[in-house]
Amino acid sequence: MKISFWLNGVYCHEEVEPGVMLLDFLREKGCASVKRGCETANCGLCTVLMDEKPVLSCSVLAVRADGKKIVTMEGMQREAEEFGSFLAQEGAEQCGFCNPGFIMNVFAMLKEIKEPTEEQIKEYLSGNLCRCSGFVSQTRSILKFLKYKKAQEGAV
Amino acid sequence: MKYVNQPVQKKDAMALVTGQPVYTDDIAPDNCLIVKVLRSPYANAWVEEIRTGTAEQVSGIACILTYKDVPKKRFTLAGQTDPELSPADRYILDRHLRFVGDAVAIVAGETEAAVDKALKRIKVNYRVEAPVLDFHKAKDNPILVHPEEDWLSKVPVGADNKRNLCASNVEEKGDVDAVLSSCKYRIERTYRTKANQQTMMETFRACCYMDYFGRLNVLSSTQIPFHVKRILGNALDIPASKIRVIKPRIGGGFGAKQTAVCEIYPAIVTWKTGRPSKIVYSRYESMICSSPRHEMEIRVRAGADENGIIKALDVYTLSNGGAYGEHSPTTVGLSGHKSIALYRHTEAYRFSYDVVYTNLQAAGAYRGYGATQGIYAVESAVNELSEIMGMDPVKVRELNMPVEGGPLPAYGDVPYATSCSMDRCLVRAKEMMNWDDKYPARDMGNGKVRGVGVAMAMQGSSIACVDVGGASLKLNEDGSYTLALGCTDMGTGCDTILSQMAAECLETPLENVNAFGVDTDISPYDSGSYASATTYTTGNAVIKACEELREKILAFGAEMLGTEPESAEFDGEFVISGESRVSLKEIAGKSTCGSSRELQVTSSYSSEISPPPFMIGMAEVEVDKETGSVEVLDYVAVVDCGTPVNPNLARVQTEGGIAQGIGMALYEDVQYNEKGKIRNNSFMQYKIPSRQDIGKIRVEFESSYEKSGPFGAKSIGELVIDTPCPAIANAIHNATGLYVRELPITPEKIAMGLWEKEEKAE
Repeated sequence: MKISFWLNGVYCHEEVEPGVMLLDFLREKGCASVKRGCETANCGLCTVLMDEKPVLSCSVLAVRADGKKIVTMEGMQREAEEFGSFLAQEGAEQCGFCNPGFIMNVFAMLKEIKEPTEEQIKEYLSGNLCRCSGFVSQTRSILKFLKYKKAQEGAV
Repeated sequence: MKYVNQPVQKKDAMALVTGQPVYTDDIAPDNCLIVKVLRSPYANAWVEEIRTGTAEQVSGIACILTYKDVPKKRFTLAGQTDPELSPADRYILDRHLRFVGDAVAIVAGETEAAVDKALKRIKVNYRVEAPVLDFHKAKDNPILVHPEEDWLSKVPVGADNKRNLCASNVEEKGDVDAVLSSCKYRIERTYRTKANQQTMMETFRACCYMDYFGRLNVLSSTQIPFHVKRILGNALDIPASKIRVIKPRIGGGFGAKQTAVCEIYPAIVTWKTGRPSKIVYSRYESMICSSPRHEMEIRVRAGADENGIIKALDVYTLSNGGAYGEHSPTTVGLSGHKSIALYRHTEAYRFSYDVVYTNLQAAGAYRGYGATQGIYAVESAVNELSEIMGMDPVKVRELNMPVEGGPLPAYGDVPYATSCSMDRCLVRAKEMMNWDDKYPARDMGNGKVRGVGVAMAMQGSSIACVDVGGASLKLNEDGSYTLALGCTDMGTGCDTILSQMAAECLETPLENVNAFGVDTDISPYDSGSYASATTYTTGNAVIKACEELREKILAFGAEMLGTEPESAEFDGEFVISGESRVSLKEIAGKSTCGSSRELQVTSSYSSEISPPPFMIGMAEVEVDKETGSVEVLDYVAVVDCGTPVNPNLARVQTEGGIAQGIGMALYEDVQYNEKGKIRNNSFMQYKIPSRQDIGKIRVEFESSYEKSGPFGAKSIGELVIDTPCPAIANAIHNATGLYVRELPITPEKIAMGLWEKEEKAE
C-alpha cells in the first residue's frame, strides 16, 4: 500500500506491506531510537508521537500513519538533550534502552498536563517500564526539570 | 578528591538519552540472515525423526540445522572462568529435549517472514516421555534429565547425572546439633523462593559475521565477552582464536547475560554459511528459554541463648537447576555462605545443599546469585525467632550483626570483616524509619494496617582468587588517555566510574580519559561484569595501570629534561625538575609522533579476598485486611559499600535493586502448568513492578573504608537486592500476624491467611 505522512517533519511517500507494524517500519527507516521490549504492548519502549499523541508503535499498523505526523526521538534531539541532561544528572538513564520511549511519553505528558503532580506523573507514565532504575530517580529528574522550566518561564 | 566520590554524569549518558544507535541490533549489518529456533513443545522428549525438506524450499531460507549438524561435544553456557564449575551438559542441538522451549532446530533466512514460514514446515516426530517437574522429587528419580554418557562435571562439586544431581555438599563447623540443643530458644522453618526473570529491557541478542581474516566476529549484548569467546570455541569445536567478541552498549543484564543464552545460534549459522546473521530473542523467548533465578527451598534451624545471641545455624538448601546446570553449583553456595556469615556469634553451623536437574527452563545467574534466597530465609527465621524471644528484631540485629574486625562464619573469602559499618547503618536506618514509633504496627482504623520490617544483608566483592580485572592505559599524541577495559558496562556506569578513578590517579580532567570496551581482540582480559567484581577488581587494575603509566611518563619527561626520574616529579600536567619542566602534551607528542616509544601499560588485578559490602533494609507496608493487598509505602536502605565512587550511580543501583527486590517479594513468580509449560510467558502475566508499585525509596550511605579496595570502595550491585524479601515479609507479619513463608507474598496468600486465622479464632 502507498502511504504519505510526515516523519520528523519531512513529508514522505512510502510503499508498505499491509501487515507491517509502525515499530518495524520506523526502525527500517533509520529511527533506531524506537525500541521493542515486548510483544504485548506492556513496556512502552516503542512510544512515538502520532499527531502529537503518544502511541505504542508495536501495536499500530504502519498504514495508520497515512496522513499523520509521526515524531520519534530522532525528530526531537534538542528537546531530548534538554530533558535528558536532567536524567543524566541523576544517573537515571542507566542502560538507556527504555529512555527514548519513556522520554517521548514525558513530552506527551507535558503537552497534556502543564504542571503534573508526582501522582499524575506516575499514573501517566505507568506504562513505561524500566528495570534498572526503580523509577524514583526518573521521577526526581522530571520534578527538577519542571522546576527548571518554571523558573525559565518566570524569567521571560 | 576531585573525581572519585563525586556524582559525575555517565560518559555515555547523552548518547543514551537522545536515542543514538548504540545497541547490538542498531549496529548489526543490514544484510544479516534472520536466525530463529524451533522449540520443543514437550518437557521431556526425543527427536525420533526430523524432516526439513519442505522448509528448505521456502524462498529465502539459507540454512536449517538439526542435531545431525552440530559438534558432539558437551559444553556449558555459563559465563565462568575455566574450568567451569557448571557441568558440560549441552550440545547446540540435541536429540534429547529437556524442557518446553528447548532447541530443536535452527533456521536462518533472508527475512523474518521466510524464517517463520520455514519453522512451521519442519516436521518432527517426538518420542514423548514423562518429565520430572517437581524439584522435591528430582533427586534419585528414575526419570533422568541427563542420562547421557558424555555428560561431564569438570570439578568435584558433588554432581551425579545418574541421580539428577547438579551439585551437593555438606559444610560444617562445630557440633551444630549439640549447640542447638543447648540453646534456650530454637526454631526450625522452611522458606520457598520462586524463579524470577531478570527482564532487562533489551532481550537477548547477538549478531555474527566473518571478517577478512576468516574469523568469526560476534557482536553481542553480553556481560561476559571473554567467556563468550571460549564458550563459542567449545560449542563450535573450533579454536577460540578464530573468534572475536565485541560488546556494544547493553540494555541491562542483571546476571541474565552472564550466560551465553543466544550466541551459539547465529554463531553456527555464520560459521557454516559464511554469511552475517543475527538473532533477537522475543520477550516470549526471554521468558521461556533463558536463565532465570534458581527456585530454592531453604530449611533453617536457628538457636539463640537467653540473651538473644544466635549460637547456631543449620541451613539446608534445595535448589532447582532446571534442565541445564548453568551457575547451579555456584549460586547455591551463596545461599549459605552469605547468610550464616551475618551472625558473628555463631559457634557452630551446618550448610548443606542439593541442586537438582528438572525438566524445566534452566536457571542461571540473577543479581544476588543465591545470596538473595539464602538471606531471605535466614533473616526471616531470625525475625521469627525474635518474636519467640519477645525481642525487637532490630535489637537482635544489634547484638549479632557483623562488626569490623569480627568473624564472618561460613563466608570463607576473608578471615574477618576487614571493613564494616553495619552498626552505623542500623542506627541510621532506625532513625530514618522512625522505627521505635512505628514498630511493630499501627492500625489505621480504615481496615488497613501499617507494619514495619527489617533485614540485613551482605554480598561479596568479586570471587576471591578467581576473578581478574584488566585495564590498558595509553597516552595519546594529544595528551589524552585511552582506558581500554575488558569489563562490561551494562548500564551500571562502570566505564564512567573507572574513568573517574583514572582521572583521579592521573590528576587529569575526566574528559581527558576516553574509556573503551569491549573487544576481545583489543581489550585486556577481564573475567567480566558479574559477582560484584567490577568496581573492586577492575578498579584496582585501573589504579595499578595508572601508577605504572605515571612512572613511564615521569621517566620519559625526565629524559626530555636531561635528568633522572628520581629528581623529577609528575603533577598530571607537567614533569618538573627544579626550574625546568615539560608538559604532558609535549611528552605525549614526543612519545608518539616524535619517537617510537608509545607510553602504554596493561595491568591485571585479582584479589585473594572478597571484602563484603553490608546494608540494612527497612520496609513500611500498608496491608488491606479485607483484600490482602500490600503497598510498600516507604523503603529505607542504609548501605556500606565502602567509598561510593559515584554517589549518584550508587544510589540508583540501590533504588533499582530494591525495586527488583520488591518485585520478587510481592509479584514475580515463574509458574508452570502440569506439563511443564510456563504460564507467565509475557509481560501480561509476568508482572514486574511499574512506577505505581514503588513508593518512597530512601537511600543513604554509611561508608566504611576498605583498605584493599580502590579508594576504599567495595561492591554494591548485588547487595541491594537482598533485603526487600525478608524486610517486607517481616513488615507484613508485623501488620497482620501472618507468616507467609513462600514468595511472592500475594494478596491471595494474605487474604486466605487472615481468613483462616479468623476461622480458627471462631
